[in-house]
Amino acid sequence: MSRTSPLERYGPPIAVFFLVIALWELLVRAFNVQQFLLPAPTVIAEAFFRTTTNIFNSAAYTIRSAVFGFGLGAGAGILVALITARWTTVREGLMPFAIALNSVPIIAFAPIMNNWFGSTNPLSKIAIVAVITFFPMMINMVRGLTLVEPAKIELMRSYATTPLQVLIKVRIPNALPYLFNALKVCSTLSLIGAIVGEYFGGPRDSLGVYILQEAQLFRFDNAWAAIIISALLGIAFYLVIIGLERIAIPWHASIDKQ
Amino acid sequence: MASVVSLKNVNKFFGPAERPTTIALKDINLEIQPREFISLIGPSGCGKSTLLRTIGDLVEPSSGEVLVNGKPAHQARINREYGMVFQAPVLFEWRTVLKNVELPLEIMGVPKAERIRRGREMLRLVELQHFERHYPWQLSGGMQQRVAIARALAFRPELLLMDEPFGALDEITRERMNAELLRIWHETQTTVVFVTHSIPEAVFLSTRVVVMSARPGRITEIIPIDLPYPRNVETRESPRFFELVTLVREALRKSEEMREELELR
Amino acid sequence: MRPSPALSLVLIILALLIAWELIKLIFNLDKRILPHLWEIAVAFSQPARRGGPPLFSVLFEAALYTLRGALLGFAIGALLGFILGTVFAHVSLLERSLVPYVIASQTVPILAIAPMVVIWLRGSWLSVPVIAAYLTFFPVTINTLRGMRSPDPRAVELMRSYAASTWQTLWKLRFPAALPAIFTAFKIAATSSVVGAIIAELPAGIQQGLGGAILNFNQYYITGPERLWAAILMAALVGILLFVAVSLVERVALRNIVRAA
Repeated sequence: MSRTSPLERYGPPIAVFFLVIALWELLVRAFNVQQFLLPAPTVIAEAFFRTTTNIFNSAAYTIRSAVFGFGLGAGAGILVALITARWTTVREGLMPFAIALNSVPIIAFAPIMNNWFGSTNPLSKIAIVAVITFFPMMINMVRGLTLVEPAKIELMRSYATTPLQVLIKVRIPNALPYLFNALKVCSTLSLIGAIVGEYFGGPRDSLGVYILQEAQLFRFDNAWAAIIISALLGIAFYLVIIGLERIAIPWHASIDKQ
Repeated sequence: MASVVSLKNVNKFFGPAERPTTIALKDINLEIQPREFISLIGPSGCGKSTLLRTIGDLVEPSSGEVLVNGKPAHQARINREYGMVFQAPVLFEWRTVLKNVELPLEIMGVPKAERIRRGREMLRLVELQHFERHYPWQLSGGMQQRVAIARALAFRPELLLMDEPFGALDEITRERMNAELLRIWHETQTTVVFVTHSIPEAVFLSTRVVVMSARPGRITEIIPIDLPYPRNVETRESPRFFELVTLVREALRKSEEMREELELR
Repeated sequence: MRPSPALSLVLIILALLIAWELIKLIFNLDKRILPHLWEIAVAFSQPARRGGPPLFSVLFEAALYTLRGALLGFAIGALLGFILGTVFAHVSLLERSLVPYVIASQTVPILAIAPMVVIWLRGSWLSVPVIAAYLTFFPVTINTLRGMRSPDPRAVELMRSYAASTWQTLWKLRFPAALPAIFTAFKIAATSSVVGAIIAELPAGIQQGLGGAILNFNQYYITGPERLWAAILMAALVGILLFVAVSLVERVALRNIVRAA
């Protein structure tokens, strides 16, 4: 196993970052690209500092929907997985169905939620995010709880353990890497879900509506500033999960290999 | 003295009872006394692993009686009277070495301080006391298997069941582990049932070698090993060692030939 | 006896339909919350607009339209993902410098960029496959990379011992070894491409697809909720169909490969 130094690991991506920003600025200026196509990074930065309050208010609303929906959906997914992992027949009947449902573009249900709860009610966004995050979490957790090395179960059997002990000592720790993979997927999905929900109707102070409106009013620098912020939000959300993963499952070998 | 393990007319079939597709074990009779070291040896598919698992109540026999310490095997498992070591170490990758050794104690509800004390003692026994905070993937294969042995011995069972524990190790590590195991066996006064397909390993370790044949899995011969203790490198080079190895090899070949004759008929 | 997967699927769907009606009955839900199943079924056969063709044929056309965008996006994304994954598997420096951005690209809520893509492509239909491809390429890239790295090092050494070229090792060893992982990605990507196609239609203002239909019927939800439900069910069907289609291709392509898990 060759360990890469921090420079080898973080150097190239950081170099790419500055290269791309510099090239972007340069090309936009050199070819005099019109703003509606692509504003220069400096122009976007300027717009950001001009509209900070607006962007942060909108972002706060969207984050709240995403986080609450994420907690609800992922929590329910974990709970259902824990219940179904216990009964083989239920699980085997349910899994193909869950996988089929997972292939449904659930985002299409966003307008239904808007109609149920009212499009300016945060519950409508929370609900759609919860539904979107539920299936990946449940499917991954069921896999994690059931794809256990048979010899580990046999070892526990030799200790005459109860099913509850097997669950706590073997199945749940075994499922943790699957849990974090699902959390990573869900972190991205939750922001997409919240923003799409806003597209079908939401309060003015939300990222989805804000970006759309600024673009329609030809204030592309503002729109881009909000886009960059939502991108950074997505990345931050993802990094938080990775951070938690490192704390929660330091034993996971693939972390070290990464 | 009462037997630690007593097998009477044990049979194990797979498939339907009236027309079994495989006869894994046929008419197995064996008595194992306290402090014995028994090796089960035979070709692949002779049912030696199945036999070991019936003793541990991980596999139920189709007929016959399996007693451990005078009780049915099931009761012995519930009482946690044996420790088990598999071919793979089967360590929990989310636990440190010490926590892995503590696992059975945790399940049995031993208080934390006592658990740690006993876990450290076991790690000293397998000479891994400096690795208690490591995770399994940081250890070599031989070290991982030593952790598995420490775990099996942690609750001081009177019986140790080992299923080809050194099968995946290289010859040099394996010989060192053999000597180590004998020392542990000596120190802990445990009875051991040991599955292997290495003839020198069986001879070096055992008080008796049980030779089995395949299809159906039967005991064809039991060879007592009279090598003196302590057994060490010189033992492996002694003439008596070679004689016994040859004896076991011939017993294995004979059982093979018998089976072939049976099949031809 | 265990019921076959197909049978249990039918049973579960039946149970779900019954549950739907039961929930509606017990909580006495209004049509605007949950229409009767038969109301949705009837809506399919009735004209969506006065004097227009029945809703079913309208939605069928819309589904075909969206499917076209999704399929083209899937094809572009799958190809791009495969190429990227293969390149990353062979060139470590590119992998280290670009993979973080490939991952970051997916943490960006795609819909935030969608309006800009529409502007770049001057509102043309192409923005649909482009956004579908954006969601598709990611799982394919990552799984291709992992799959290409998956062969036993000894198998790689064997190829070296034959003095096989990089191309030969790629096609005879790495590609077949990567196939199961690639198909797993294709199945994820199938759904993503439909999601991408539907949400791409929203900012583009495209009326002919399912996204347009959903947006349109959403405005008339008060008077005719069953039409929005019908459109959404159609979208669900497209997603499942594409998933099943990829699964069938997978089964044929991998029939000789023993499934590892």
